[in-house]
Amino acid sequence: MAFEGLADRLQSTIKKITGKGKVSEQDVKEMTREVRLALLEADVNFKVVKDLINRIKERAVGQEVMESLTPGQQVIKVVKEELTTLMGGEQSKIAVADRPPTVIMMVGLQGAGKTTTTGKLANFLRKKHNRSPLLVACDIYRPAAIQQLETLGKQLEMPVFSMGTETSPIEIATKAIEQAKEEHNDYVIIDTAGRLHVDHELMDELQQIKTNVKPDEIFLVVDSMTGQDAVNVAESFNEQLDISGVVLTKLDGDTRGGAALSIKAVTDKPIKFAGMGEKLDELEAFHPERMASRILGMGDVLTLIEKAQTNVDEKQAKALEEKMRTMSFTFDDFLEQMGQVKNMGPLDDLMAMIPGANKMKGLKNAQLDENQLVQVEAIIQSMTKKERQEPSIMNASRKKRIAKGSGTSVSQVNRLLKQFDEMKKMMKQMTNMQKGKKGKGMKFPFM
Amino acid sequence: MSFMKKFKDRFKNKEETEEVSEKYKEGMKKTRNSFSGKINDLLARYRKVDEDFFEELEEILISADVGVMTVMDLIEELKMEVKRQNIKDTKEVKDVISEKLVDIYKGDDEESELLNLQEGQLSVILVVGVNGVGKTTSIGKLAHQLKQQGKQVVLAAGDTFRAGAIEQLEVWGERAGVDVVKQSAGSDPAAVIFDGIKAAKSRNADVLICDTAGRLQNKVNLMNELAKVKRVIEREVPGAPHEVLLVLDATTGQNALNQAKTFSEATNVSGIVLTKLDGTAKGGIVLAIRNELDIPVKYVGLGEQVEDLREFEALAFVYGLFADLLEEA
Repeated sequence: MAFEGLADRLQSTIKKITGKGKVSEQDVKEMTREVRLALLEADVNFKVVKDLINRIKERAVGQEVMESLTPGQQVIKVVKEELTTLMGGEQSKIAVADRPPTVIMMVGLQGAGKTTTTGKLANFLRKKHNRSPLLVACDIYRPAAIQQLETLGKQLEMPVFSMGTETSPIEIATKAIEQAKEEHNDYVIIDTAGRLHVDHELMDELQQIKTNVKPDEIFLVVDSMTGQDAVNVAESFNEQLDISGVVLTKLDGDTRGGAALSIKAVTDKPIKFAGMGEKLDELEAFHPERMASRILGMGDVLTLIEKAQTNVDEKQAKALEEKMRTMSFTFDDFLEQMGQVKNMGPLDDLMAMIPGANKMKGLKNAQLDENQLVQVEAIIQSMTKKERQEPSIMNASRKKRIAKGSGTSVSQVNRLLKQFDEMKKMMKQMTNMQKGKKGKGMKFPFM
Repeated sequence: MSFMKKFKDRFKNKEETEEVSEKYKEGMKKTRNSFSGKINDLLARYRKVDEDFFEELEEILISADVGVMTVMDLIEELKMEVKRQNIKDTKEVKDVISEKLVDIYKGDDEESELLNLQEGQLSVILVVGVNGVGKTTSIGKLAHQLKQQGKQVVLAAGDTFRAGAIEQLEVWGERAGVDVVKQSAGSDPAAVIFDGIKAAKSRNADVLICDTAGRLQNKVNLMNELAKVKRVIEREVPGAPHEVLLVLDATTGQNALNQAKTFSEATNVSGIVLTKLDGTAKGGIVLAIRNELDIPVKYVGLGEQVEDLREFEALAFVYGLFADLLEEA
């Protein structure tokens, strides 16, 4: 999970100050020193760190905090607010041209992930906004860059405009827009070659494309693992092209993502999207506020809820609740549940969004093994319909058959059956609890 | 100054010294400008060596992506040294700074910077790294250079995941005039590498270079896949892989340390290829990797041309980084 390391460090620092009834200047000084180191280790630009620390100091020792009833909490609030502003305050939207097509230009250093992001963005526009984009292959320099975009186009079943490697990118871009008008594509996404921001010749080429096609958006694609140099790159691209936004890539790595925090502060251009994985649907709109609370370990319940909403059918959920109440929850329901959770994305990503989850013992470094889920699935699928409805009929020979069918062992089947049984008991207790009768319903074995 | 003497002794004749130092000096111009330029500037502005001076020096080092831990160590040592020698003037501090910095960069034996190639039998090089660092490009350049040296080279297109990766390697294969062994996109990389070994053996090749798909080091399944590829190589060619090269992007920040650590755990990395050093990249991360992990840098990418992939010269690198500091001193 991105930002994990940064979050860890900030949290342990902040923990020291949280419960304090009185926060002295010395406390604040110590905390800001730790925060400073944590941010620097996360590749946040050192100038940005300096400013941020000064602002936090000022607010934390000011009246705002000292006079509040819970100074510790107040300090955290200050840190979170400052982090949020640093990342751009509110989430910004993607432009729509008055007269289609809307033209988007992708620029950046080599290997930042421009071509992949071009594909992902096209997919995003189609899925979330119901648009029909045209992809344009303007990277005529890197070997097979055009093939890469064409392959992506094929995977997405979207049109790709290319004219080989002999035509100038300026001409390709201009012609592409003409075609988009004819074919009624409402978005045109231009993939350009990676280049160093200090390469005048190639930067010139981008400027020429810009003057010719007049893009509505210019997205700078930045690798979130970039170090202190991220700021220089962003500054330089912004100066020469006046970019309109930033796309952060490879945020699914274990980078502490300090570059993300710095770019907005320096260029004043918003981060609009974040690449969260290798698959073509793994591009997310960037929410600064949510990201800040993720960094501080406050979880990101909003995203979790959104994910649940898009993946869980409400009717199904109602029916499930009913089943839980009447104790008629079967293995079939269990299987269905697992499917829904899996649709929401990798388990450890989901865990990271739950407030406090990373502080729970055992969960913190547990590699949630998706393979185990596959095994559970296999075991259930090897059961007959009757067995799924009434696990009580299970006997030794049935278990043996199931183990064989699912490629597991009898003890694994036993374990699952036991877990299922316990789960059902839990559900009963929980539903009893909900019925009211203050306190009386709680019959957890450990209470 | 002893460093300059050592640097000049390193090469047989004057022309070679100049050629190598010019290449590094030119390629790392940006790096140097923002680095030793800043240090010189700092020295000029401060008359006295005090806390503020050290704080600013700390910032300069951090801004060059030298790891935070390494910087803290360095500053501690500097403070001690300044106290011991009772230095008050910033001019005298300069020598101490460049001495300490050079200390970290050099210090491993010359042998380890060369590729470990076997005479008279197949040498297998496995190339790994995260997405977008320049693995395929580096392989293309390396293949070209080895071919020029008269070696028979075969490439294995083990990146079966990224769109266009196989085609990209094929273009490089054509340019260098070497064979590329491939399967269709999406096939098992271990199987491609296996084919590559078979082909390299039957063609009596000297070197087999195996490309792999870029992967983020925290993706456990993908790292396992890489370990499997390595096992296949170990099984098919005794003593192989002779080199496991981790390709690092010089613009990467502190995460490069994580990359080096995790890839080493999975594949026992034997050397680093540092690419894109010609940008404004600071490459300071090499310092951190040297200091904390002790993996030698074997190649550096100083430009887009085939010959811009250079064998790493620790001394020349230090020279490229601190040229202004050293020449004036």
